[in-house]
Order: sequence, then structure tokens, then C-alpha cells
Amino acid sequence: MSGKSSAHSVVEPTPVTKRIAGAVVIIYALISMIPLFWIFITGFKSPPDSISYPPKIVFEPTLEGYCNLFTTRTRQTPDYIQSLPPATETCDEITRSRNMVIAGASNYLPRFINSVVIAFGSTFLAVALGTLTAYGFSRFRVPLADDLLFFILSTRMMPPIAVAIPIYLMYRELGLSDTALGMILLYTAINVSLAVWLLKGFIDEIPREYEEAAMIDGYTRLQAFVKVVLPQAATGIAATAIFCLIFAWNEYAFAVLLTSGSAQTAPPFIPTIIGEGGMDWPAVAAGTTIFLIPILVFTVLLRKHLLRGITFGAVRK
Amino acid sequence: MRTLGVAAVAVLAGLATFAHSSEAKAAGELTLCWAAWDPANALVELSKDFEKQTGTTMKFEFTPWPNFTDRILNELNSGGKLCDLLIGDSQWLGGSAENGYYVKLNDFFAKEGISMDDFAPATVYAYSTWPKGTPNYWALPAMGDANAWVYRKDWFAKPEIQAAFKEKTGRDLAPPKTWDELKEVAEFFQGREIDGNTVYGAAIFTERASEGITMGATSALYSYGFKYENTPGKYDMEGAVNSPDAIAGLEKYKEIYKCCTPPGYTDSYMGEGLDAFKSGQVAMMMNWFAFWPGLYKDENVGGDKIGFFVNPGQKVNASTLGGQGISVVANTDNMEGALAYIKWFAQADVQKKWWSLGGYACHNAVLNDPAFKDSQPFAADFLTAMGGVQDFWQEPAYASLLQAMQKRLHDYVVADQGTAKEALDKLIEDWTEVFEDEGKL
Amino acid sequence: MSDSTPIQRLADQAAAKTPPRVVKRIRGLSDRAIAWAFITPTILLLLAINIFPLIWTIQLSFTNYRANRPNAEVENVGIQNYERILTDSDIWFAMQATAHFVFWTIALQTLIGFSLAYLIDRKFRGHAFWTTIILIPMMLSPAVVGNFWRFLYQPQIGLFNYIVSFFTGLPPSSFEMLGTVNLAPWSIIIVDTWMWTPYVMLICLAGLRSIPDYIYEAAEVDRASKWRQFWTITIPMAAPFIMLAVLFRGIENFKMFDMVNLLTGGGPGSTTEVASITLKREAFEKWRTGYSSAFAIILFVAVFGLANIYVKALNKVKNR
Repeated sequence: MSGKSSAHSVVEPTPVTKRIAGAVVIIYALISMIPLFWIFITGFKSPPDSISYPPKIVFEPTLEGYCNLFTTRTRQTPDYIQSLPPATETCDEITRSRNMVIAGASNYLPRFINSVVIAFGSTFLAVALGTLTAYGFSRFRVPLADDLLFFILSTRMMPPIAVAIPIYLMYRELGLSDTALGMILLYTAINVSLAVWLLKGFIDEIPREYEEAAMIDGYTRLQAFVKVVLPQAATGIAATAIFCLIFAWNEYAFAVLLTSGSAQTAPPFIPTIIGEGGMDWPAVAAGTTIFLIPILVFTVLLRKHLLRGITFGAVRK
Repeated sequence: MRTLGVAAVAVLAGLATFAHSSEAKAAGELTLCWAAWDPANALVELSKDFEKQTGTTMKFEFTPWPNFTDRILNELNSGGKLCDLLIGDSQWLGGSAENGYYVKLNDFFAKEGISMDDFAPATVYAYSTWPKGTPNYWALPAMGDANAWVYRKDWFAKPEIQAAFKEKTGRDLAPPKTWDELKEVAEFFQGREIDGNTVYGAAIFTERASEGITMGATSALYSYGFKYENTPGKYDMEGAVNSPDAIAGLEKYKEIYKCCTPPGYTDSYMGEGLDAFKSGQVAMMMNWFAFWPGLYKDENVGGDKIGFFVNPGQKVNASTLGGQGISVVANTDNMEGALAYIKWFAQADVQKKWWSLGGYACHNAVLNDPAFKDSQPFAADFLTAMGGVQDFWQEPAYASLLQAMQKRLHDYVVADQGTAKEALDKLIEDWTEVFEDEGKL
Repeated sequence: MSDSTPIQRLADQAAAKTPPRVVKRIRGLSDRAIAWAFITPTILLLLAINIFPLIWTIQLSFTNYRANRPNAEVENVGIQNYERILTDSDIWFAMQATAHFVFWTIALQTLIGFSLAYLIDRKFRGHAFWTTIILIPMMLSPAVVGNFWRFLYQPQIGLFNYIVSFFTGLPPSSFEMLGTVNLAPWSIIIVDTWMWTPYVMLICLAGLRSIPDYIYEAAEVDRASKWRQFWTITIPMAAPFIMLAVLFRGIENFKMFDMVNLLTGGGPGSTTEVASITLKREAFEKWRTGYSSAFAIILFVAVFGLANIYVKALNKVKNR
């Protein structure tokens, strides 16, 4: 421990340590990005390139994967294809070069829209309910508050398949199977626990004196909540919303068991994208890329609040 | 707490009402559910005529085979309204009939003059009737199918390969007639260099999650004389399911898996098999007749390069049954439209076009046509295979029976646990438990 | 939050002027009503979607009900379902597979995650940026990404085997991560570790940053070696955070379904058939609803116990 310059604090690591630490961390980060990088580039490979051995890193990029993702195609004889008017769009051209014609749109887009509707719908509800409940727990002495909070949290800890059994039976009775409403309700119920715990933390941090002062100025409790607490909690609400959104966006187990078509979201759909034989990997990669981009954006937006979100508000930094 | 409970029920009831009212399908629209595979694309083409004639908009929900059973049985059980028409697997008939998921078609057939005598008897038995063999029809035979094989005709024809085979085995290289020969041929090709590539013997079914390995292994088991029961209808499986013949058949299937499949084919079904064959990796491939029209058209391995053969016999000539009938889902909002589709589909002309587009029609007008055998290089094989098909249990509890077999077979064949005898013994235990739960034993 | 927004200033002034008694009186007005009005909707929703179904599951677990037989008669079978589960060797095998998965994922993630956090806490240049990069995998959908790993693990065309062969010289098609009994359990452990190490890392990082500098300074004064400081200060002070991460990962992986379902589907044979996959097969493929309800209740109880410990740990961390 000698040779430390007095300019440094005793706990400040030496430049060499820093450099080594940095190098190791960067190497890990790069390695952990390989699968994502591979997904991204596979989306631009042609099907033969995607399954070539050894795996190709240099290849001629094509939009075939994206075309295949959004269309269904049928195989035709070359004579038939010759007889068609010339292709006008890129996808037509690519498809025909494989002796196929586009038969129609695939189900990817409707499934993606389902994902958007269900994720945003449930997030809105969960955050709205969660804000009210968190405020209630934060500001009032609720009987059995700790037990209720534990109960709320524990609902998120249950294995989804176990929860899905009775939900399946219940939705069958109520006609909610394979409906967007059913999925929104379910995701709301699961997300509301996270929302309550996170938002309670955020609201706890807003001094009560603000609302009390506003109430003395003639606001009612509700007005004070709307005009004072909500604006103060805005950042926290936004961060919570993104966490709920990510959960609903990524969820697979319930979606695969409780939806079959009309309300099916993208996660159970993407693994079933097949070509003429097995998986159409470029199309799967294209679908995956499109599906992941919103999450990447959110992760960057959220980075300051991540820790809080993943620990149910326990660790605030 | 009590008030809360009542309120919660009220909230749910309200939501349910809302859900019902918000979910009305456009009239004149039909959704047909089937597996995502070549024939389904052909059906889309075929259905364009129906759309033109009736003004109906056809929508299609095609699911890949490994997810198909799971997803559609889930949908039926949940009382969903996704499908109006369903081309469902033969084994689903028992459950779907007993639970009222399908519409019984007898009255409709009588009214419209559709006769089941116009369809091949084996297909009517397998795809339409429940209880088996009785004149109670729950579906119209839509797609005949059985498990069979393709081989690389161009490789088999190479003089140097023929010579090498003769030298190694003392007989001429030809499509195998027995499972012993099949293994011999597969072993011969395994690891051989052809046109500069290392090739493998055969692609066979090993899929774990849905039905793959069962469909593959039963192709061997049936040929070796495997039976489900000693006396049909008695569920007496001891000595039938684990007979010495059955054990020999299962062992042979494992031997072929071990010796002669491409690396990584540990969980492969139709799609993986097609990939292996189309990319020129394997000399032979087990798969369903359904794919033969598409493969024959394939620009790389089709045409002169591909040959077809029926599932080899060993003690008996038998093939594993595939294929489906088309049913009307009882829950449909468009019953009239759905029935109109079946009526249209049952016409002899439509059935002929169906075959020409690549669907295996079961109508006698197609099959009994003298020109049928020569209409495609695999047409004669198809008739032979359909003459000896055997099917898995069609019991209402079929899913439990299938899952048990999937597990026991995959444990033995792929995961190397225990012996063939032990696997089949355990299978009998599992099945006995299922039938006891059913009150049938 | 800055202290100078107009509302806050106003509020501060008002608060200073108001005698505490007045505040209490106003607050007492209709607080009870508002509290209940705010909390009740959430409780109602949870009652409807969580508690009512749970009670139903308990009831079903004592019957032989099958969801695919709406017309069949339902019999009460007492605790027979529970007996069968607890004596079923396949179920115990699934529990073992789950335990193996949970143990190794936690061990690897804690080790790698803590090491990474320790290195990041050296505060090298650009550490904030690289931390964000490292965090990305854990935000992604385990199903969608897990599905793609199936491609990476393909013995001939997959990148994983190719990279391994590049470093070890083994031919890439000589081993099958997903299809071999010995390797398949590790294939799911690798993917889970790739995805969730960042999670453990992030929490450990918070733990390391919660240790005040003066403790290390005092240790320096006492001439304690870095090694000794690490074991007597860093580890004990960060321990509650590590515990939190371990518990949470434990619970999550105990109920693991999506990634494993898509990657191996429980295969080969039943090698990677973790509890949730067995449950799914029983409940949604064999449709033994009564039986699988009993299994679900057993899993509930196990998770509930873990969750209890988790909440205690959570509060402990919170009170730091």
C-alpha cells in the first residue's frame, strides 16, 4: 500500500487498478452483447447465410428476413412467376427470386399491436391504481398496513403457471379467454404490486408539509393530492410506468396459456415463426429486433431508477 | 371482508358483460385453424374459389406443429371463439366429440346429400367417427396422411456409391424394405463424403414437447408388430405394449438414432427433418406425405434427385397415421358459413383441385381415378401406406397418454435412461393410471 | 428535487406559519374515507384476480376435476392428489432439476455479479456507460431472447459451439448443448446467468456504494491490509444487499418457466424439466386440473415461505 500520492483519498483506487478494472468490465460487457449483436445481424441475412457453416460474420445484407416476417408466401412454379407482372416492391422481388409469391400479410403486425394495447392498457391501470393506493398507504394510518403490503407484494411472487390454472377456469366462465381485456386485467393485477411498492417509496419522499400547507390555503385533500403530490411524484410515476410496461411487454407464460389468437401478444408468437422447414431464423431475428428496440430505449431512459425498480423500492441508492 | 368479496364478484361480472358485448365478429367472415405447413398454403389457394363464390372473407390461423395441439386444445377447452372451422388431428376426435366442442355432422350430411361412402373407408374411420367405426360423424375427411420416407435418388444412383455399398454389404443399394435394411443403408451413408460434403444417414423424429418422437418411434413399433392391447377395447396392455416385438422395434429405433442421424437432431420434428434433407445433409428422411408435393418441387433436392418409399415393414407392413378431418367448432358465431364451407369442400371437383394443389384429398373421385397412381411419383405409395395405417389412442384422454409416451420414449432414446423394456413397462404403468382415472380399468 | 420550486417555497412558508393543531384538524376531516377510496380498488382487483382464484385452486386440489372434461362428474378425493405428488418420483426428479438450476445460477450470478460490481466500483473512466450496457440483457424478454439462444446453441450452425471450438479446438459439431443429458442443464444455466448477472451486479453495486468511505479510511489508519479490509468491511457491509439479490433470484428461478420452456422444453428426456414445466404439462397438456392444483399449492407454499424471508431482508436493507 505504498506509493500512494497524497492527492488521492485513501479509498481512491490507483490508476493501474482502475485501468485493469475497466478493461475487465468492458470485456465482459462486449461478450454479453454478442448474442444481441448476433440477433441484429441475423435479421439482415438471407436464410441460407443464416444457417451456413461456419457462421458468417461477413455477408451480403438483405431485407428478406423482414419481408418474411410481415408476409406469408406460397411456392409456385417458375412459369407461373414469369407470367406475373413485374414486381414493384422490394419484398415482391426478393420473394420471387425464391420461386415464391406473397400470399398475404403475416400475423406479426396484429400480434405486435396486441402487445402494444395490452402493455399500455395494463400499465395505465396499474399505475393509476398504484398511485392512489401508494398515497393511501403513505399518508394515512391504514389498519394492518404491513400485512396488506406484504399481501400485495406476495401476489407477484407466485409461479405464473400456478396462477394461470384458476385464471384459465375463471376466464372461461366469464368469456374473458383470449381477450385483450382479460390480459389487461391480469397484467394490471400483477403490476399493481410493483407499482404500489415503488410509488409508496416515491411519495414517502415528498414532505407532507406541502399538502398540508396547500390544504390550509383552502385546497381539499383531493385537490392537494392532484395539484401538489402528483406533480411532485411525476418522475417516480414515469419510472414506475416504464417498469410496468417492460413487465407486460416481456410476459410470456400467461400469454401463451391464456391467449390463442385474437389477443395473443408478440412473445408467444415470435417463437412460432417458421419457414418452409424449421424456424425461419432471419425472420425470427427481425421480429426479435423490432420487439426489443422499445426495451433498449426504455432501459437507457430508466438507468437512474433501475435499481429501485428491480428491488421493489428497497434500494434507493 | 365479505362486502369486499361481493364487490369483487360484481366487478368481474360487469367486466364479463363488457367483454361479451365487445367481441362480435364481422358477419361473412370465417376463421379456419390448422397447422402451419405446406398443405395449409395450398388450402389458402383453394379457398380463394370459395371466397369468390360466396363473398365470405376467409381468415387463417396456422400454428406450427410443435405448438398446434397444445394451443388448439387449450383454445377449445377455454371456450374461445378463435376458430370457426378446425382441421384437427385424428386423436382429438374422442375428446372433442364427448365434450361437445365439435358439431355433429350427421344431420347436415343427410340434408345436403353428402355421403361418407364417397370417401375412402380408412379415412372416414380415422378422421370422422367417434366412437370409432360407428356412423357418428364429427368431421369430413380433409387431408389423408401417413408417415413415410424420402431418399436421395441421385446419391443412390451414383455408381461409386453403389459399388461401395455392394462391397460393404453384399447386396445392391436400393430403398430399404425392412428396418434392418434401413439401418444398414443409413449406417452406410453416415459420415460419407458426397460432392465434397459430409452427409448423414437419416433424419428421424425425436421431438419431445408435442408428439414427434411418438410418431417416429411408432413407425418402427407398428412394423415390428406392436399392439396397444391384447384384446381391442379391453385396455389389457401387459404383454402387448411391452411384447418382445415391441422391444425389438424400439431398440431398432434407438440404434438408428444413435448411429445415423445428423449432429444436433435431438429434438427434431418435421421442420428440422425438412431442413436436413433440403440442405443436402441426409440420405433419407422420415416425414409425412403432406410434404412430398412441396419437396418434389424443390429447386435443390426435388425432381430427379428425390425418391419416395413407404415405411419399411419388418414383420408387418404398417405406417403411422397422420391426417386430419375438418370440423365445425360448436362455439362458432357463423355456423351457417362454416357449414357452407364444408359443403363446398366436399364436392368432387373441389376435391380434385385440392389434390392438384398439393392437398391429399380422401374423396373416392380422386383416389379411385385410374390416373391417380401416375399423377404424382408418390401417389401409389400413398395408397399403399393408407392401406396399412395404424393410429395412436384416440381416447378422450389422448393428451395424457401421448405425454406419457413422449416422456418414456425420449428418456430412453435420447436421454439414454434405462432399457427399452423398462421404458415400455413404465409406459404401461402410466397408461394404466390414466385409464384408472378414466374409470376404464 | 430542488428546493426552489414556487410550490415548495409556498408550501414551506405556509407550513411554517400553520400551528400544528390546525393541520391535524384538517387532516382528520375525511381522511378515512379517502384512504379507503384510494386503497379499495387495488384490493378488489387483487381479490378478484389473485385471492379468489387461489381459494378456488385450494378447493380444486381436493378433487379429480379435469378442465378438458366439462361434463364429467367431479369427485372429492380428499388429500389423494397431495399424496400422489409427494410420492411421485417424476415430481421429485423435477424438484431436483429445479434445485440444481437454482443453486448453480445463484452461485454463478453472485460470484460474477459481485466481482463486476467490485470492479465497477473502482470508478474507472466511463464506468457509468459500461454499466448501462451490461444491464441490457436483464431488461429483455426471457422468452423472446431464450428462443434465439436455441439458434446460438445449434451444434453446426450456432455461434456458441463455434466460439467454444475456436478456443478449445474441439470440432463444433462434437457436442450438443441442448441435446445431451450432461450439457443441457448447463445450457439453461448459461443463458440465465447471461441474463441475470447484471441484476445481481446492480444490487451489489448499491451495497458497495452504501459503505461510507470513513470506514476504509479508519482501516487504513489501523494499517489493515486491503485483503483484510475486503473480508472485514466490504463483505459484511454489502452482505444484506447480496442476500436480497440471492433471495430474489432464488424466487424467480424457482418459478422459472419461459426461458427453459423455449430453450429445451424440459428435454432431453426430462433432464431439464423444472417444476414449472412439469406443472404446465400436468395442467395444460394432460389437463389433470385437480392434481396440478395440488402441485400448484405446494409450490405456492414454498414460494410464500421464501417471499416471507425476502420481505424481511428487504425491510432490513431499507432501514440501513
